[in-house]
Parts: sequence; structure tokens; C-alpha cells
Amino acid sequence: MQISFTLNGRPTTVDVEPATLVAELLREQLNMTGTHIGCDTSQCGACVVHLDGLPVKSCTLLAPALDGATLLTIEGLQGAPDSNRLHPMQEAFRENHGLQCGFCTPGMVMTAVALAKDKPSLSEAEVRHGLEGNICRCTGYQNIVLSVMAGAAAMNAAAKGE
Amino acid sequence: MKPFAYHQPDQIPDAAKLLTSIEDSKLVAGGMTLIPTLKQRLASPAALIDLSKLAGLKGISDGGTTITIGAMTPHAEVAASKLVQAKIPALAALASMIGDPAVRSRGTIGGSVANNDPAADYPAGVLGLGATIVTSTREVAADKFFLGLFETALQPGEIITAIRFPLPLKAGYAKFKAPASRYALVGVLVAKFADGVRVAVTGAGPGVFRVPPMEQALSQNFDPSAIAAIKIDTDGLTSDIHAEADYRAHLVTVMAKRAVDAALG
Repeated sequence: MQISFTLNGRPTTVDVEPATLVAELLREQLNMTGTHIGCDTSQCGACVVHLDGLPVKSCTLLAPALDGATLLTIEGLQGAPDSNRLHPMQEAFRENHGLQCGFCTPGMVMTAVALAKDKPSLSEAEVRHGLEGNICRCTGYQNIVLSVMAGAAAMNAAAKGE
Repeated sequence: MKPFAYHQPDQIPDAAKLLTSIEDSKLVAGGMTLIPTLKQRLASPAALIDLSKLAGLKGISDGGTTITIGAMTPHAEVAASKLVQAKIPALAALASMIGDPAVRSRGTIGGSVANNDPAADYPAGVLGLGATIVTSTREVAADKFFLGLFETALQPGEIITAIRFPLPLKAGYAKFKAPASRYALVGVLVAKFADGVRVAVTGAGPGVFRVPPMEQALSQNFDPSAIAAIKIDTDGLTSDIHAEADYRAHLVTVMAKRAVDAALG
């Protein structure tokens, strides 16, 4: 079947088998390998993308669900438009050593961006609750939580034009 | 996953017709249970009928003495709803504890209720609050809907369209979650109405069930101390890799007390 959707701001039309997972479509058909497949059982969250602004696990999403929708992947994140800078959440992960091997990072960042959106401040408890669906086997989460809190503050400062 | 045909009807009667006319077809709502099931090849339907394009199945409406939640409303929307938070805060809290944020973006109340997973949260909310399941053909009281392990009163071709909740005087939900899956090892919803208290338990047995001795005790005295001495019989409770039946039985009383505490605010 043919599906049309907006992928990181670009209109995209592809032919897919209905039994295609969005994670497979991105990685194998569209050659966008920023979205990782960790567990492939909707536990680990390495494959999180935003579907119409909401965080979803792309390993547990059928491609037909994209038809008419807007999809944002880790490749679509950026700082100020056309600035070629990292997104504030990505900057915060770099500054706070929020990754070690980096495998879980795309999903962590996408979940964190969704969590921080429209929230003036995030408590540590809210961050930990919000990251329940993302597993990291390296860091012990401390620096990820720090990164998300710093990234959320930076996103809100940017939104206010500070 | 084995290949399947994919249908996206936009009217409920069309969806019902597809469901009855295509042998071995399945409905897909948010897919949070079905897609993993397909991936493990525990099911390989010939066709999926996607409910996401059906008109009128999404959203939360205020009926004055009730709240009606469309079957395709995702958990995140119920958790964030100002109306649900104001009128049945226990239900908003329950929705906020399901799975993780990504699961709550996609998973729907109708899908959860139709699937009737023995450890899912919504069956406890629906049974504990004495809700009504509205389908494409009729209305079914929660007490007559949940029949056992993954089994409901739904007939072939019948589609849940909404769940209607009466407003309790007070209600609370507490769950002890399995840490990896966030499913309920035991979850208890306690709801106080003018005519008595309802207590519904998920996770402990092969399906959601009520606890009449706790309901009677709490109807007399709506306080955690009223049920502290009530022990649950382990007969029929689940023993598995996560917990033995006697541990689950113990947790029912603990979670019920916490749910009453939550209801009392």
C-alpha cells in the first residue's frame, strides 16, 4: 500500500507492506539509521520517535499508521532553524555526559524532548517517571536525568527567547 | 510478522461488516498488545481492521452525572484530561500509571478493555467504578463484561465504541507494578458511591474480580483500618515467575488499603 506522511518536515510517499514496522521502514527503506532498534519488544525505548507530536515506539507501530501523519525522528531535531547547531536537549546530553555507548541515546533524547515540551519546569521525579520506557545499560541514569533536566530548562529558555 | 491485509474503514458499520465477513480478521486500536503478539507470531490474522479512522470514537465528554470516554482515546489523553482529573481523579491517576509515555501515546481504553489482559489496569478501573461498556450494538455493565482470562462478553463483529463512567463520591487506585513491564502484579481500585463501595482487583488472578468482604467493610467504615484484617483466599490466584499466589493475596490487602488512602486524599 502507498502511504504519505511528513517526515522531519518533508512530504514523503512510500510503498510499504502493511506488516512493516515504522522502525524497519525508517532504517531499511529510508536509510535513516538514527532511530535504533534495541529490544524490538517495546521495552527499551531506543526506537522512540514523535508521531503527531507524541512520543511512540516505532518498533511497535505499523507503517500504515503514518498515513497523513507527521513524523519526527532524531535526524529531524535541530537547534535554532538553519543554525546547524544541536538541539538544546542534545547539547545537554553532551554537556552532562548523558551517554556512554550511545545506543539508547536517540530514544532517550526523543522521549526527553516530548517530556519537556510545554513544561515550565521538570522535577527529578517527573523525569524519572517520564523515562520509565527507556532503558540504558551503561550510565545508571544519573547523568541522563541531569541531562534531561538541563535540556528542559534550556528548551524553555529558548522558547522564551532568552 | 506474517503478512496481512489492512483495512481502514471510516464508519463503524463498515468495520463491523469487515470483521464478520473476513475470516480470521482482527481489530487493531493502539496496537500496544496486538503488534507485539503479531511480532512473536502468537497470532497471524489474515487481515487487520484499523479503528483509527472511525469517526466519533475519540475524546472525552461530560455527561453531568457521568463521563464518557471514546474507545479510541489514548491513555495519555485520559491522564491529562482536566475533566477526568476533576471528576474521577483516580481514573486519571490509573491512566498515568499504564506502561510508559510511549505506550500511553498509542494505547487506548477500548483496546485495553476488549483485550482484558489479566494484569491490565483499565479492567480494574472499569469494574471498580461500575462503568458501562458501550458497543456498536448494545450497552453492557462492567459486572457482566469481564468473563475471565482475555475473555469478554463481546460477540463476533461487536466493537466497543465508548466506556461510560458514573461519578463516585471518592475513588482511589493503587498498584504494585512488575518493574519490567509496568503491568500490575496487583492493582486495586476502590470506589465509594452513595449506595456502597466497590473494590476491583487486577493482576492477582486470571481476570479482574471484586472483593465483597472488603466492599461490605468499607461501606460501613471507609478507612484503610476497616480492611486491614481481611485476608484474600489464594484459591484461583495466579502463581508465576513474578510472584506466588500467597504473595499476591497479601498484596491485594496492602494495595486496597493504599487505594482507600488515595481516595481519602
